[in-house]
Amino acid sequence: MTIGNIYRGREGMVSWALHRITGLGVLLFLLIHIADIYIVRYGAEAFDDLLIIYKGLPFRILEIGLVASVYFHAINGLRVIIIDFWDGAVDRQRELFWAVVVLFTVMFVPTAILMLIAAFD
Amino acid sequence: MRVDVRILRYNPEVDTKPHYENYVVDQEPTDKVLDVLNTIKWYQDGTLSYRRSCAHGVCGSDAMRINGRNALACKLLVQDAGSSITIEPLLGFDVVKDLIVDMEDFWDGYKSIQPFLINNDPPPSGRERIQTPEEREIFDDTTKCIMCAACTTACPITWTNPDFIGPAAIVNAHRFIYDSRDKGGEERLEILNDRNGVWRCRTVFNCTDACPRGIKVTRAIEQVKRTLLYNS
Repeated sequence: MTIGNIYRGREGMVSWALHRITGLGVLLFLLIHIADIYIVRYGAEAFDDLLIIYKGLPFRILEIGLVASVYFHAINGLRVIIIDFWDGAVDRQRELFWAVVVLFTVMFVPTAILMLIAAFD
Repeated sequence: MRVDVRILRYNPEVDTKPHYENYVVDQEPTDKVLDVLNTIKWYQDGTLSYRRSCAHGVCGSDAMRINGRNALACKLLVQDAGSSITIEPLLGFDVVKDLIVDMEDFWDGYKSIQPFLINNDPPPSGRERIQTPEEREIFDDTTKCIMCAACTTACPITWTNPDFIGPAAIVNAHRFIYDSRDKGGEERLEILNDRNGVWRCRTVFNCTDACPRGIKVTRAIEQVKRTLLYNS
């Protein structure tokens, strides 16, 4: 059991926490996706009705969150793999974390802008 | 300098839950955080409980959370901790009283990896077992451990999974696994090749950041992981 305030971990702990949160985000999407595909069983019309909900603004915004989760989880996953297989990366884990942040930003910002334009179009 | 100190106190005989208590002390900037605790205990509140022994960063008794991060109170200077210091017990283990935690799980993990030289062959021609500097270098880093538990209790996995063997036990296993004089490597690797052994590590690096001896704990854990991967 943890007591008192939270441990002040550094880059490694931040990346671990974000990796878990984004991993759960992607898992949540997969569960919703399994459920929505199941709706096809009730006919094409029912499925189309469902897609209207997906095209609504709240879901479009959530979709951007999904993309953020997938991007971060994938890029940070590569960082973890590099650390697992290369001793030199262990000493540069902080730099690698910031490289993940930069790469994530470069990939996510344009994607998010395009998705926002599409959402408000 | 004036130092405002906030300590998480807990006496199971009196308190129902931990609470913070505030103290003000006057210390030299070059004093250690342990000196702050001593000032409080000796001159202000004798009921404050904490472990300390050598007071020089060797025995590993006074690891605690200082300003949110694990450190040895006897190694961290007041000038580095700042004029406002929060001191809390190590996370993940039950608090016995104030800053003293129950270390049983920690020692169980340590004992489980057989932290002693295993070699039933007699030393060559009645002399000591010799080793080249290069062979010694392989595990030099992990010989530095003082068993303070700063690494193990900085690990988020330890906080939630009491069965995790913990970074300190892996560090001490590493010290023997890669020792050319030791013959118990296979046994130890088998112990660590468990879902609550090295594979539970999530490369959070809190252990490496917390180690007061500067041991590259995560590096040692990763080396054991790779040995298991490539040798199986």
